[in-house]
Amino acid sequence: MTSNNHRFSGLAGSLLLAAGLVITAQASAAEDPVSAGKKIAFDRKKGNCLACHQIEGGTLAGNIAPPLLAMKHRFPDKAKLRAQIWDARKNNPRTIMPPFGPHRILSEKEIDLVTEFIHSL
Amino acid sequence: MRKIATLLLSAGLVAVSTQAVSGPKEDLEKFRTYFEQKFPGLQLDEFGNGVYALDASKRLQWEAMEEFPPYEEFVDKGREIWEKPFKNGKRFADCFGKDPSKVRVKYPRWDAERQQVVTLELAINDCRKKNGEKPFKWKKGPIAWLSAYLGYEARGQKIDVKIPNDPKALEAYEKGKHFFYAKRGQLNMACADCHVKYPGHFIRGNLLSPALGHVTHFPVFRAKWEKKSKSGDGLGTLHRRYGGCNKQVRARPFPAQSEQYRNLEFFHQYMSNGLTINAPGYRE
Ligand code: HEC
Ligand code: HEC
Repeated sequence: MTSNNHRFSGLAGSLLLAAGLVITAQASAAEDPVSAGKKIAFDRKKGNCLACHQIEGGTLAGNIAPPLLAMKHRFPDKAKLRAQIWDARKNNPRTIMPPFGPHRILSEKEIDLVTEFIHSL
Repeated sequence: MRKIATLLLSAGLVAVSTQAVSGPKEDLEKFRTYFEQKFPGLQLDEFGNGVYALDASKRLQWEAMEEFPPYEEFVDKGREIWEKPFKNGKRFADCFGKDPSKVRVKYPRWDAERQQVVTLELAINDCRKKNGEKPFKWKKGPIAWLSAYLGYEARGQKIDVKIPNDPKALEAYEKGKHFFYAKRGQLNMACADCHVKYPGHFIRGNLLSPALGHVTHFPVFRAKWEKKSKSGDGLGTLHRRYGGCNKQVRARPFPAQSEQYRNLEFFHQYMSNGLTINAPGYRE
């Protein structure tokens, strides 16, 4: 699904590029799930993951939680990573990490995008 | 007493007997030991300085601020309020006693007649009403000035909240304790998450303070509140801060002086018993 989208935007991008519209580079970047996920993760009103986690590219990060790096290594299974972001209480009932899914802090779609981003780290 | 314990023990009711032993006094011991172990070497009274006890560079800036403290003019206003007679000729001293330095240490207290926790701010407005005056607003302005004055006068004395052995008082304490440890809000965080588990850590750019010593310098003068106010008045009561910390986790705050916040204050202040009052304080 996501990779289809991606391919589509790439295709559309090159068509438009051929038409000489440089801004499309930006438009296609916005649709790229990794950078869309990054925006949500860094947005103080959305994921605000930087409140607690250090993440490459983010500033003024907190240090309550482990830095998010080498994620493919730590979470080879993307579904497990998504489950942690969806509801961290499953692994640690007393966790300070907000239950992003059950408390509707982020939507299903937003959590998909954040997962893509975190998995890319 | 020992006999009873043995009896219960022999009846196999171990859980019940240990539960009966754990009360406010034991909670306080555990609470203090936890923080002393978390921050070894920190003097007990240092906890009353919040984040400035933990971060040397923040402390330097703070000490510079305290040379010409911005709260001083509001402490003076508080003194004027203390001294000015009501329309009926009486004064606050008629409610609280003549010596303004002896007031702060009596609150919060359990009022056995009313069966509720009475905070200093509640007592201030009770006194006004009793004398035919309009009550002050709860979170800032005159109530915070007067409370700051009474705190200032009490500097150097120790927090000394008493929890009488009255089931209703203990219930109020337990409710306050529960509030403090309960997760709340859309972000699902407890006071204890930020101020017991993670003090000394940064949440985004904010260093978190330990809950031990939280109350010694209230009301507090905050730069953030100063910016919001047209008159440069950054003073606010403890319940104003409670409301702010509830909102941070996207929980609906309770009204200042609600039963919830008074019970919370009962627990929260009791946990700092024995620490020196240094009100009002300055914070970011
Ligand atoms: C208020 C603090 C807080 C916030 C905000 C937060 N987390 Fe966490 N997170 C934690 C803590 C603490 C842990 C460590 C495990 C635990 O205690 O539950 C953790 C663990 C994790 C882990 C597991 C790390 C590992 O290696 O096991 C992942 C992945 C994660 N968080 C992702 C996120 C993402 C993505 C966001 C934002 C959408 C986020 N977190 C927001 C506190 C937070
Ligand atoms: C999401 C984290 C978080 C939660 C949850 C939280 N606070 Fe805070 N609190 C802060 C931050 C950040 C500050 C400002 C830095 C500091 O002094 O700790 C603060 C400051 C305070 C202060 C002032 C400290 C001082 O030295 O002046 C008090 C008192 C306080 N909080 C009490 C509470 C209580 C009671 C609760 C629960 C009802 C609570 N907090 C919940 C983050 C939190």
